[in-house]
Amino acid sequence: MDFLNAIIALLNFVIVPATAYGAQLALGALGVTLIYGILRFSNFAHGDTMAFGTMITILATWGLQSLGVTAGPLPTALIALPLGIAATAALAVGTDKLVYRFYRQTKAKPVIFVIASIGVMFVMNGIVRFVIGVGDQNFADGTRFLISARDFREVTGLDEGLAIRTTQAITVAVAILAVVALFWFLNKTRTGKSMRAFSDNEDLALLSGINPERVVFITWLIVAALATTAGVLYGLDKSFKPFTYFQLLLPIFAAAIVGGLGNPLGAILGGFLIAYSEIAVTYAFRKVVGYLGPEGWSPEGMLQLLSTDYKFAVSFTILLIVLLFKPTGIMKGKSV
Amino acid sequence: MNLTLDRKAAVLFALVAVLYIGTGFVQSWNTALSILNMGLISAIMALGVNIQWGYAGLFNVGVMGFTALGGLAAVLVASDPVEGAWSATGGWQILLALLMGGATIAAAITLWGKLQGHKLRGVIVASVLIVGFFVFRAVFDPAVATVEAINPALTGNIGGLGLPIILAWPVGGVLAAGAAWIIGKTALGLRSDYLAIATLGVAEIIIYILKNEDWLARGVKNVIGLPRPVPYEVDLQANATFVDAMQNFGADPVTASSITVKLSYAILFSVVLIALIWLTQRALNSPWGRMIRAIRDNETSAAAMGKNVTARHLQIFILGSAVCGLAGAMMTTLDSQLVPSTYQPLRFTFLIWVMVIVGGSGNNLGAVLGGFLIWWLWIQVEPLGLLLLQGITAGMAEGWLKAHLMDAAAHMRLLTMGLILLLVLRFSPRGLLPER
Repeated sequence: MDFLNAIIALLNFVIVPATAYGAQLALGALGVTLIYGILRFSNFAHGDTMAFGTMITILATWGLQSLGVTAGPLPTALIALPLGIAATAALAVGTDKLVYRFYRQTKAKPVIFVIASIGVMFVMNGIVRFVIGVGDQNFADGTRFLISARDFREVTGLDEGLAIRTTQAITVAVAILAVVALFWFLNKTRTGKSMRAFSDNEDLALLSGINPERVVFITWLIVAALATTAGVLYGLDKSFKPFTYFQLLLPIFAAAIVGGLGNPLGAILGGFLIAYSEIAVTYAFRKVVGYLGPEGWSPEGMLQLLSTDYKFAVSFTILLIVLLFKPTGIMKGKSV
Repeated sequence: MNLTLDRKAAVLFALVAVLYIGTGFVQSWNTALSILNMGLISAIMALGVNIQWGYAGLFNVGVMGFTALGGLAAVLVASDPVEGAWSATGGWQILLALLMGGATIAAAITLWGKLQGHKLRGVIVASVLIVGFFVFRAVFDPAVATVEAINPALTGNIGGLGLPIILAWPVGGVLAAGAAWIIGKTALGLRSDYLAIATLGVAEIIIYILKNEDWLARGVKNVIGLPRPVPYEVDLQANATFVDAMQNFGADPVTASSITVKLSYAILFSVVLIALIWLTQRALNSPWGRMIRAIRDNETSAAAMGKNVTARHLQIFILGSAVCGLAGAMMTTLDSQLVPSTYQPLRFTFLIWVMVIVGGSGNNLGAVLGGFLIWWLWIQVEPLGLLLLQGITAGMAEGWLKAHLMDAAAHMRLLTMGLILLLVLRFSPRGLLPER
């Protein structure tokens, strides 16, 4: 029995990576859920919006680096992030003016919005590939580890090391900041309250004199900020590749739906639920169980429920179970 | 009204024909026929999506998955049998494991229904599933290891039946229909965008299974060299009668052989496409077709008239998916190989959607037209984009930007497809050939 080492191994391989991934998914799912709440459609272009924001941030990062500006121990991308958000916000608002507003005015069915968002997805995907190409871009700089595995072992004298990468710590910190700011905005400011009113009951909100175009405008700004932040954090933690961002759409939607579409708190919960289950189900627990057993004993086999290639299948299975048994999600969402 | 629409259809089809024939004259007949063959397959896929979306308003974005299942059928039916793969501890044990897995899920579903109101319903069903999963893995894993150990460099999978590949086409349809039945049973009751997410997810999972289950179709090691339903170029070139005939005709035998092969494919595919158009037109204009459209236009009133909306939706979903599976098997036949990593949702799902929306949802001929037109554009936008960028960059100095722009020309197609979709949806939402 070696409890400490088992817990450290679990922390190192499951909890820490899953927390960072969960924070990224939660930010992505918040964007999806806000659009669903205010504009009432599932935005298929969300993954590519994230990719666009990240691309601008990467370009700005390279620009800053070539000027010799860095953020010291932190990644330079954090300085470049506001620029990425501004550009994405401009793109999102422009897309709304050119594409979605027309369908809002004609009161088109939600599915028409979804098809339009598929068109937007193609265009954004094309732009991103056009500008930065399809390859992998690694743009994380600064100090690599907050705690490195070797230092941890030396300090604690344990067999297992615990590594926390700077990007993981930043991910969680930034995500908490973003979520706190968002909830403060939604609950305390006049504009935020009008957004919630609009989401709850559109007709009543219109009657009370809320300007729908302004609500939609603010929504796109927030969504652009969330999407860019989520994309940059994911890119810092792993790496940036346009196709991966497109694939993120599935876990992000799963998180938003599992949490209850249109419910911001649910999106966060869903993000972490999906992330923890994806990593826990595909992690080989051999080492952890080995520590828990008697000295020198090691379990046969890898104790891995599913191969890591099936992590999308995990998020999808959770999605399906929730859809079948609780279609409005864990926290009550809405269904149009 | 019908007459003008027919004339419009004739004109538009003639224009698309001009595009293909023009390709033959400007580039080469080989290129034109290659595009035409995939155009025929795309048209069939568009027909399948149109059955679901145009007839019934079902939003299926899992076309890629059904197409890939068709491809799998081609491998399982036509590739050579692998000696020793179907031993008691190999192939049969895999089959047994899969049956046990299926039985576990069936048992869980039955129990869930039977134990209505029982306090421990969730716990019991969950424990059945968990125990079933571990038993499944215990039977499944060693069998997979046995099969994958057989000559892994060349086979390492359960192999095929060695039957003519044409038989794989209907089998592909059946396989896709089976998958559609499972998805439809679980997800069709959901609202439109939930169904979209569900199908998107299932398609991804099917591709992941194809990539990772090496025992099935060799995963990312790919299956190549599937048999063909048409002669090989080299055989034609070695055939004295063929060479003589072509030389009398004044054609180069090498070019002629590859054109003959492509033409044979085109004829086979055309037969399937025409048969499908005839069938779908008949179905659409039958009482059944009217009922389906009535359900699409107003589910509540159709249900009030005593129509079983859920059952009809399931039926339509299965039919449309089967057509996509058929097209997928045909595509794998044309390529003579199954490469799971080439299946990407933008190309195999969303592009088909562009075809249906542009062509005209609800109109079979419209979907077919969209298939031909969009596929031609998808291929030709790249050289056209290159030409355009050459024009733009002609005055630029050689350097980083110019090289980058020339490289980027390849990505013009996504941009163009998105713009076409958005423009059609905005200014001509019913497509080029609207539903009557």
